[in-house]
Parts: sequence; C-alpha cells; structure tokens
Amino acid sequence: MRAVRRTLIHGAALGVALILAACGQEAPKPADKPAEKAAEAPKPPPKPEPLKVAFAYVGPVGDGGWTFAHDTGRKEAEKEFGDRIKTSFVENVPESADAERVIRDMASQGNKLIFGTTFGYMEPMLKVAAEFKDVKFEHATGYKSADNMRAYDVRAYEGAYVAGMIAGKMTKSNTLGFVASIPIPEVIRNINAFTLGAQSTNPKVKTKVVWVNKWFDPGKEAEAATALINGGADVLLQNTDSSAVLQTAEKMGKFAFGWDSDMTAYGPKAHLGSSIINWAPYYKKAIKEALEGSWKVETNWWGMKEGAIDVISLGEMVPAEVKKMAEDKKAEIKDGKFHIWSGPMVDNTGKEVLAKDAKGDDKFIAGIMFYVKGVEGKVPSGK
Amino acid sequence: MPRLEARPAPSPLMGYLAPVLALGLTVVFGTLLFLALGKSPVAGLRVFFVTPLETLRGWSEVGLKMVPLLLCALGLAICYRSNVWNIGAEGQFVVGGIAAGGVALLAGADAPRAYFVIVLAGGIVGGLAWAGVTAFLRDRFNANEILVSLMLTYVGGLLLIYLVNGPWKDPKGFNFPYSKTFDAAAMVPRLFPGTRLTWGIVLAVVVLAAVWLFLARSKAGFRLAVAGHAPLAARFAGFSAREGIWLSLLLCGALAGLAGALEVAGPLGQLTPQISPGYGFAAIIVAWLGRLHPGGCVFAAFVMALIYIGGELSQSRLGLPAAITGVFQGMLLLALLTADTFIHYRVRWR
Repeated sequence: MRAVRRTLIHGAALGVALILAACGQEAPKPADKPAEKAAEAPKPPPKPEPLKVAFAYVGPVGDGGWTFAHDTGRKEAEKEFGDRIKTSFVENVPESADAERVIRDMASQGNKLIFGTTFGYMEPMLKVAAEFKDVKFEHATGYKSADNMRAYDVRAYEGAYVAGMIAGKMTKSNTLGFVASIPIPEVIRNINAFTLGAQSTNPKVKTKVVWVNKWFDPGKEAEAATALINGGADVLLQNTDSSAVLQTAEKMGKFAFGWDSDMTAYGPKAHLGSSIINWAPYYKKAIKEALEGSWKVETNWWGMKEGAIDVISLGEMVPAEVKKMAEDKKAEIKDGKFHIWSGPMVDNTGKEVLAKDAKGDDKFIAGIMFYVKGVEGKVPSGK
Repeated sequence: MPRLEARPAPSPLMGYLAPVLALGLTVVFGTLLFLALGKSPVAGLRVFFVTPLETLRGWSEVGLKMVPLLLCALGLAICYRSNVWNIGAEGQFVVGGIAAGGVALLAGADAPRAYFVIVLAGGIVGGLAWAGVTAFLRDRFNANEILVSLMLTYVGGLLLIYLVNGPWKDPKGFNFPYSKTFDAAAMVPRLFPGTRLTWGIVLAVVVLAAVWLFLARSKAGFRLAVAGHAPLAARFAGFSAREGIWLSLLLCGALAGLAGALEVAGPLGQLTPQISPGYGFAAIIVAWLGRLHPGGCVFAAFVMALIYIGGELSQSRLGLPAAITGVFQGMLLLALLTADTFIHYRVRWR
C-alpha cells in the first residue's frame, strides 16, 4: 500500500508543480483572444523589403487593457502602412532575464524597429541596443535612452482626472478605491489625478489605495478590488492591466472604470466609462520616421491633445450633465486651457508641493512621489 | 468497470523509459495541436526542438536557462529521494538571489575581480538559511514541510519586493523598484564573449558530479535513500530521520540559492521585483521528469529549457499565442503521470 500512497503523493506534488509553474508564467487569463497571425505568405520579390517591426508585450494580447491597447495600435499601424512594414509580437515576456533574450532575438531576426512596452524592459533594451546599432529601439514609460533608443509615454493622468470627476459625482460613500500596480511616479500621479478630479466635483471625497506589485495579475487585482469595496469604496479605478477590477465591481454591485482599453463588455452595469490609451498615432509616427529615415532620439509624451488619451463609452447611469461636464473638461485639457497640476497643491501630510498660481511642468509631473490631500496612506517607500 | 490494480513489481526499465515515452507523446500531441491551429507541424516542432539549437547563441541561451532549472532540480531530487517534500525551491532561489544581490551591492568600483565568489557564497548562505527555516519547523514542531516551504516562497518574494522598493532601491532610479546595477567585479564572468552564458554552467556541471557522487557513493546519501524508500527500515537500522530532513533541505536550499545568485549576478545584473520566472517550481517537474536522478535531471532540464525558449520563438516565428509554453509543459507532465500510473498499476476489467 505504501507504493500506492507514494504514487499518489507524486501525482499531487506534480499537479501542484504544474499549477505553480503556470502561475509563475502568469499565463492564465479569462478573456484570451486568438493571437493575430504575424507570419504571412512571402510576397513577390520586386518590391522593397518591408520594414520589420517587433513588439514585446508584458501581458497577453487578450488582457483587455494595457497590452490589448498596444496591440490595437500595432494592428492600426499595419493597416496604415500595408506591405511597407511587417510586424510581429511576443506576448507574456516577463520583466526578468528572459526579456533580453526575446528582444535580442527580435533584433537578430532582422527587425529594425523594436517596441518594448513595459518599464521593466529598460535595462535589457539598453544592453541589446548597444549591440545592434542599426536597429531602433522604443521603450515605453522609461527614462533612459541611447543613440538608437528613445522613450515614449502617454499622459494617462488626464484620463484619470476626468474619470475622477465622474467618480466624485457617482460615489455615495464618498470613498473611492484605487488598485495600484508598482509605486513609480507614473502610477502615483494617476492616483493623484483621479483624486483631484473627484475633489473638483465632490470635495468630501477620499481615495483608498491597494498596491498589488504586479502589472498583470487578475487574481490579485480582483482581491485588491474586493478589499477596497469591503473597506467602503463604491467607485474603483485601477492602474493595472486587466479587467479584473471592473469585473469585481460588477459582481459586487459597485461602479468602476475601464483602463487603457474600452472595457464596457467586461462589466456593463458597473462601467462608468473607460480611460483609454490610443497608441496608434504614436506607432504610426515612429514607423513613419523609421521608414523615412527621420527617426531621432527624443522624448514623446502624448496626451489628449495628440489623440493618445481619451475617456469614452460613458455608461447609461452617468447623468447627462455629468457627461457634459466630462466632455467640457476634455476639451479644456485638449486646448491647454486647463492644467491639472496647478497650485496651490498640498500633499496628504499638509506640505505644500505647488505654491499658489504655480504650474507643475513635465519635470514636476515625472517626479511625483507624494499623495495629494485626500489620498489615504503613504506612498510605499516614498520620502 | 475498469479498475486499477497495483502491480506487485513495477518494471524498473519502464520507469526509466517513461520520460522518453512522455516526450514522444508530447511530440504526437504537439503535432495534433499545430494541425488544429492550422500550422505546419514540421515547422512548429522545428521551432521548438531545432531552431533554439541552430546557433552558438541559441545553445548558450538554452544553457543559461538550464543552469537554474538543473541546480534547483538536483536539490529537489535529494529532498524527494529522502521523502522530504520541499516545494519551496522557488523561495530558496529568490532569497539566495537577494543575499547575493546584497553582497553584490556592497562591492564598490575597486573591488577585486574575484569578488563574485563572495557573491555566490552569499547566495548559497541565503538559500540555505531559507530552507533551514523549513527544516527547523519540521524538525522541531513537525510542521508540514510542503506548506511551510511553499508559504515561505511567498514571504521570500515579498521580501524582495520590499527591498527593491525600499532600502535597496536605486536612489537615481525615479522610484522604479530596481536596485543599482552591480559593479563589474560582482558579476560572474562570461564563458564566451558575445553570449550571456557564464561560468555558472561549469559550476553546475561540478555540482552535478558532486550530487551524483553523494547520492550514489556516500554513506549519508545511502542513509537518505533508505529513509526515502523504507522509513521503517531506516529507523530499524538506527538512521536518524532528523539528519535526513536537515541534510536534504539544507543541500537543496544551498543549490537553489546558488542558482539565484548565478541569475542575479549573471544575466540580470541587478535586483528587480521579479528575479525568477518560476524556475523553482518548474524544477519540480524537471526533478520528476529526470526520475530524481542527476543524469536524468540534465536531460529533463534540457527539455524544459527548450520548451521555454521554443514557446517564445513560436510566438515571434509562427504567431502562436504565449500559452503554447504552458500547454507543452502540461502535455509533458500529463503524459509522464499517465505513464507512471500504468507502470505502477494495471487495468482490470470487471
């Protein structure tokens, strides 16, 4: 009988191993869509070789959020340039030593323009960029560049602000919840913008934050959302990559927003609107420059003005006057009449961060490491 | 109704053939999978089993991937042979990486070239200490080592997140949760210029030989094996069960910690919130696929490394989804478990 038990233990241990190995790769997700076919039949030779463009994604293209938005941008660029370019992607590339191999492989496969779409690829991309001088590297959300590598980002906080305005009007408990990923300025300023937007329509609002330390982890995101709702939050926003927060709000009868992509379909009753990123204009610009030879190292930080950020698909439960208010604010942000980071602004310890009439410039915005008044808690390890 | 009946004497030969059989079945199912996805199975299998090995760089990447899998699997094989169910090699790997990273961060620009030796030693100590916690709790309080070692894995992961977000964060890094990049002297030297493969693989081969000798030739290894196969006999012979627990867990911790050190002081070069894509867990599969035998573990680590890399390549070359890696690993395991079941049981129709 001992042999039987041993075998059973082996079976159980192996089963656990498989599950854990799968979790380690962060493969599982509910709403995976079939990957787009990247390899097509070879074309007749006379045309010039297409520019090969590759994308490295941190999550699956079916995450319904961040990576999905990048992939939509890739497809639109493909549509725009037709057979002048040939794109491919690798999804679920962990922010570990594997990223360097994937990116180097892209370069050695003849890709001349490579996009890395998460901040964790910064060091690996720098290493590969030093080796492949004839390849152009584009790194999303980072801060380092090289002769053939530049950084790009979007002003997602503009969308967070408008979402906050709606949240301020829709909350009954005056408590908002924010599921946050990794405590870098990008995420912290979205928490702040969301809170500032909410306070502009409802001064009593406060925001609770839960950090999950991951970009894409639907399980953890849902847990964090549940914790926030149990803590009294009735409108949620997230700076993570999946639709889990919205789905949790839907299940628990609260409100939430879509982030990065239009998430209406994931929770129609809970969905107040989606703050989306449209990467297509930037990807078209970068590819055009690479095709024309005008690509140069610069930093591009695009927002509503350039059509990179928008808040769309506002839900039916949002009253018409709130919708109008959101639209008006979007227009003001677009034409530069409204600046979110305007003094007087104090952090949540009461310290003044922007004096009266002062405006935070891009350097200020890039270095935001404090919570504004109304956000509860402390920035992890923030000074 | 078919019924499973234990075989009186499972065939040892089939025991060794099962992994090969499992690999064969995986290839068959893989072929069907590629057909179902509308891809040429030849091209698909080529990407998995040939393309990664076409260049020196390809071999070096497979080797780089094999080192952590092999080291963790060797440690786990020692544990499982002695009936100690450590599934926390992942945590021991991470804490080894943390300890090594801590030593590496202290290096300074004028550290001698041999400094990396201390870094590796730090990793060994870190992994050993982490496994020691499990051993202590099991030995002192009879706490279940499966649960303790697994839970400590998450504690280790959170410790890493705390450190890179807090005290070890690069002060010039805009609060990005990364440590500084290590000084050159703290890094394990490269084996071939132009590749990422380090002397770690040579070290892994040395460790492999040592573990082999330990298990096959040493008295302590023999005692572990007896304790694993027949705990009562081991007790009757006066072998200490405590020795088995401590020895196997500490060895495994040391090896997993070394693997973590080789990773952070090798391809990574800094501490990041995630230093392992799940090597410690994947190594459980490697250990079983390798029949808990050091030589078998080499074969199994090689196959697993190929599947990892082949999965990536099948995305960029064939446009297949990333889930293909998990599907292949799953097929391999399922086939192995099925084969094992039929080695230990036969089907009776009633």
